[in-house]
Amino acid sequence: MLRIENIKKTFNPRTINEKIALNGVDLVLNDGEFVTVIGSNGAGKSTLLNAIAGVWLVDEGKIFIDDVDVTKLPEDKRAKYIGRVFQDPMMGTAADMWIEENLALAHRRGLKRSLRQGISNSERETFKLLLKEFDLGLEDRLSTKVGLLSGGQRQALTLIMATLQRPKLLLLDEHTAALDPKTAAKVLDVTEKIVRKSQLTTFMVTHNMKDAIIHGDRLLMLNNGKIILDIKGEEKKKLTVESLLEKFEQASGEEFSNDAAILG
Amino acid sequence: MITLSNLISRIPGGIAQGIIWGIMALGIYITFRVLKESDLTVDGSFATGGAAAVMMITSGISPWIAVICSFLIGILVGCVTGLIHTKMKIPAILSGILVQFGLYSVNLHIMGMVANVSCNPSKNNVFITMRSIPKAILVGIIFAAVLIAIMYWYFGTEQGCAIRATGNNERMAKAQGINVNNMKVIGFALGNGLVALAGALMAQYQGFSDVNMGRGAIVIGLAAIIIGEVLSEIIFPKGCQFFTRLIFVIIGGIVYYLIMIVVLWLRVDSNDLKLATAVIVMLSLAIPNLKKGE
Ligand SMILES: Nc1ncnc2c1ncn2[C@@H]1O[C@H](COP(=O)(O)OP(=O)(O)OP(=O)(O)O)[C@@H](O)[C@H]1O
Ligand SMILES: [Mg+2]
Repeated sequence: MLRIENIKKTFNPRTINEKIALNGVDLVLNDGEFVTVIGSNGAGKSTLLNAIAGVWLVDEGKIFIDDVDVTKLPEDKRAKYIGRVFQDPMMGTAADMWIEENLALAHRRGLKRSLRQGISNSERETFKLLLKEFDLGLEDRLSTKVGLLSGGQRQALTLIMATLQRPKLLLLDEHTAALDPKTAAKVLDVTEKIVRKSQLTTFMVTHNMKDAIIHGDRLLMLNNGKIILDIKGEEKKKLTVESLLEKFEQASGEEFSNDAAILG
Repeated sequence: MITLSNLISRIPGGIAQGIIWGIMALGIYITFRVLKESDLTVDGSFATGGAAAVMMITSGISPWIAVICSFLIGILVGCVTGLIHTKMKIPAILSGILVQFGLYSVNLHIMGMVANVSCNPSKNNVFITMRSIPKAILVGIIFAAVLIAIMYWYFGTEQGCAIRATGNNERMAKAQGINVNNMKVIGFALGNGLVALAGALMAQYQGFSDVNMGRGAIVIGLAAIIIGEVLSEIIFPKGCQFFTRLIFVIIGGIVYYLIMIVVLWLRVDSNDLKLATAVIVMLSLAIPNLKKGE
């Protein structure tokens, strides 16, 4: 469970480039809730995810994961609770290391790194089965450098890595945006499978309105560093792209603008 | 005189020294290739290792203990660079330059404010010396083999993998809960530990330590690494294991030093050697970039 209380973040304060990126965000996510997040370019979606992950500390407000106050914890300490997939497929994996080494690193997320062997034989078997299950054609390539994989394979792998050790929170930041439509659909499919199987509390940013509507139990819309729409339950199920756009205009008084937004 | 027999007679000594430079290059490999940082501390820590070892050996301490102590002092020096870099947020390259610069005074103090201290093998107990080159080569090979085995094991451990991940993709490492600052400090420490150890071997081999003996060590180390990589690509075009790559670092050190011997034998002014080395290293660093980038 995630609880955020009135968090604020200003970039480059007191300079000409001052930017209020988060302007008082309150949010409670329940256990196992799958939330999709949309918003215009620069609305603060990535910033919100970075705040939760601890990439930097927020200026104001508090963040709790499972009632643990993580507001002041650095990123590597918070990683114990959080699995992440980034927009850039290069970001989530170590390109020069093997598939199995990447998985083994992720398998030890949040644990102390000792002088034991970095990967055990039983882990190799587990990884093989897991990769087979997702049908990525990677199960026989455990000792291939991740840098040689396609963007889609890397994102799927990052997703598996993020959830190898059950995270209390899974943060996905437009993790299909850099992929071609077919691959994106496949990765989304894997996402849905993993999230539902382990009932992960998930935060998925997307610029695809349709995806935001189809997936998840709850939809948040961000604008100017604030949550302006929070739609769940039956209301979420009935959403259409048109009704969502309408709601956005009502709530913000602006027209929706996202370069990458796929509306239809 | 430029005679072939003259050249041949110099080769064994060249191999022995090349192995020692190769061991130093193993240390540089940790920072340059694993962490992907340029650590200029090494010019200083190589001399520190030599200075500490010679002072201990000439005061009657076993050369084996002296070498181990040099290694530990190198670790300490590397920690200093690592902490300056990670805690004070000073770029790694600058942190290394600062420590290397400061080490000059430290090294002089270690040697009792004398720039050159001799360690005559007939008066002192040393285990690697140019007086007995076959033995020196053997000892060098044993050192290299043991160190490569330890490095191979270490970079396969959880901690070693975490260091590799840090060098590879810092954001990914952080997202996996790795404290990247700690990993960098450990990497700088181990790198300089090996460099200082090589300095201790070199001082014994040449029979003295000199406050300037580490000058250009970084360039020689890079040359060894790159020559090794070029050779390994020729011999194993499909790529090779980490273990083999480390062996090629040592081979690179040997080849580098043999090239230098040939150049000297051809009566090239030794003052021009540094320029030649710099150009060779520059070109080798540039070629992969130019091939990639256009
Ligand atoms: N590290 C940073 N330094 C300065 N400004 C930043 C930084 N990160 C984000 N910003 C600014 O904060 C605002 C919110 O950015 P953010 O990346 O959160 O938007 P987003 O909703 O993810 O948009 P997009 O759909 O383009 O990804 C933007 O104006 C951005 O320029
Ligand atoms: Mg974004």
